[in-house]
Amino acid sequence: MQPWMPFEWIAAVRFLREGRMQSVLIIVGVGVGVAVIVFMSALLSGLQSNLIKRTLSSQAHIVLLPSEESARPQVANEHTALLLQKQAQRLRSIDQWQQLRDHLQTWPEISAVSPVASGPAFAVRGEANKSITLLGIVPERYDQIISLSERMTAGELRVGAGETVIGIELAKDLGATVGDKLRVATAAGASETLTITGLFDLGNKGVNARNVYVGLRTAQTLLDLVGGVSNIDLALYDLNLAETLALRIAGETGLTADSWIKTNAQFVTALTSQSVSSNVIRFFIGLSVAFGIASVLVVSVIQRSKEIGILRAMGATQAQMLRIFLLQGGIVGFFGSLLGSALAWSFLLLWQLMARNPDGTPLFVIGVEPGLVAIAAGGASVVGIISALLPARRAAKLDPVEAIRG
Amino acid sequence: MANAVANPVLQLAGIRKSYGSGETESEILHGIDLRLERGEFAALIGPSGSGKSTLLNLIGLLDRPSGGQLFIDGEETGRLDDTGLTRLRGRRIGFVFQHHNLIPAFTAEENVAMPLLVAQGRPDTGMFVKAGKLLDQVGLADRKKYLANRLSGGQQQRVAIARALAMSPSLVLADEPTGNLDTHSADDVFALMREVNVQLKTTFLIVTHDPRLAHRCDRIIELIDGTIVADQPYPP
Repeated sequence: MQPWMPFEWIAAVRFLREGRMQSVLIIVGVGVGVAVIVFMSALLSGLQSNLIKRTLSSQAHIVLLPSEESARPQVANEHTALLLQKQAQRLRSIDQWQQLRDHLQTWPEISAVSPVASGPAFAVRGEANKSITLLGIVPERYDQIISLSERMTAGELRVGAGETVIGIELAKDLGATVGDKLRVATAAGASETLTITGLFDLGNKGVNARNVYVGLRTAQTLLDLVGGVSNIDLALYDLNLAETLALRIAGETGLTADSWIKTNAQFVTALTSQSVSSNVIRFFIGLSVAFGIASVLVVSVIQRSKEIGILRAMGATQAQMLRIFLLQGGIVGFFGSLLGSALAWSFLLLWQLMARNPDGTPLFVIGVEPGLVAIAAGGASVVGIISALLPARRAAKLDPVEAIRG
Repeated sequence: MANAVANPVLQLAGIRKSYGSGETESEILHGIDLRLERGEFAALIGPSGSGKSTLLNLIGLLDRPSGGQLFIDGEETGRLDDTGLTRLRGRRIGFVFQHHNLIPAFTAEENVAMPLLVAQGRPDTGMFVKAGKLLDQVGLADRKKYLANRLSGGQQQRVAIARALAMSPSLVLADEPTGNLDTHSADDVFALMREVNVQLKTTFLIVTHDPRLAHRCDRIIELIDGTIVADQPYPP
């Protein structure tokens, strides 16, 4: 007996040790349940963060755009027929964008602010011409929104005067590579010949075929947005705040603010549904673990009723008996969760080894986070204690006379 | 202190016990009056169904009477709640049962120290020193590290007596303490209880069917159909 151990702990541990086979079986049962929960959680969070990362590799978290222009309706009267036609939206600059940029930069939720001048254009090279989206950027700012410099497959991210960076698909379509010339023309007739300084791969074929990056000034000139920007891209520290923050910014500035959550509504719904279904599965696994613990402890109370009676006769209070059985539930839950976490970790290692891309790299990176293990251990211990409530109450309420008589 | 000395170890006044209610109510004990002084060594005898075990459970504060008053060392127990009864029982009363006396998950020494552990909440060296002494006293010093279920029936009952004495109780209640033992072990266990009674002046109330053992007690209380029909010193 350890001198620091209270009586309830000593009795709980001894009872579990004495019923060794029963204890091992229930700990393994809890372990398997916890392993499935931890494995599923790690797999799902790895999968979802990978999907989000891929989706956001070519998107800002929030895009601020000038609000739509609308025609001001005339007042209709008995002599006038009113037909209101929706106004065509021309490319316009965001008013006072420099102040807005500096203001947004001070928000604690926002990690990066990047002004962009973007619009439609054509890329022409020899006989070939392709429809493109021309994006004028400040590279060091834009790189914090979309890590373009890390995605360069050839050359470098350099968009000075007369320079451009294009996607690998467009380069393939135009038969161009780093160092080649490319003419960019807009529908309004402006055009400029640019030198390709780099090729990028953002992991999205459409984006690789469409996006053409140039310096902010070049785009402003080509798109007739002198001194202006068509949108401001924002990156956030917490992706999940995008929609809330977009609403706040829109309310404050009067601009249109599109969050990635709104832009990718179906994708987000799919992720949410996936999370909900996995939570339901986790809940039922947790429930079956709880029933498992409770049923084993109920049997244990019946088996130990004479010992409970003797302890009660020796002066053990109802509260002490209650604690002995609650502790047994907690201990079983705790050790089960440790075993479960170890099992989950092994499954995940196996998964990493087996689920690989054709090139041999892991399909996506997943790992057991210490936080998840701590939550599993804490959660399973709490579930253990809650499951033990009923049997423990039964033990505490046991009539010592009946218990001793058996 | 003088008052405490003057109080009997046990006093029952008009104790009744009935089970059920309404038409199904049946009274098992019909107004028992009993007094046990310090150092008495008494036998409670009677045929099966006479209410011996019921009376013993009431005296041991394991059950509550339906009527009457019960005093342990002068303390009236009627107003105590379950926790109060449990604490009083732990401090003042030792039990020796016929069956399943010890907790098999613990060693002989730990079983003896158990009432002290239950009362104090945490183990300390003192309680194991005391347990060792008590085991020595019952002749089992060399078995103290044995798990309870590895001891013979007689040895288990000796450990149970040592355990009953751990809290230095005023009263030890023994329910057929030798009922499960062979004659030789029964004599040993009985002699041990007698020795403790003489040396420590601990009061014993022993329920037994065995007239041979009853006749070795100082007082025989006979219970028939829930009433004390005879209560006299022995030999008369």
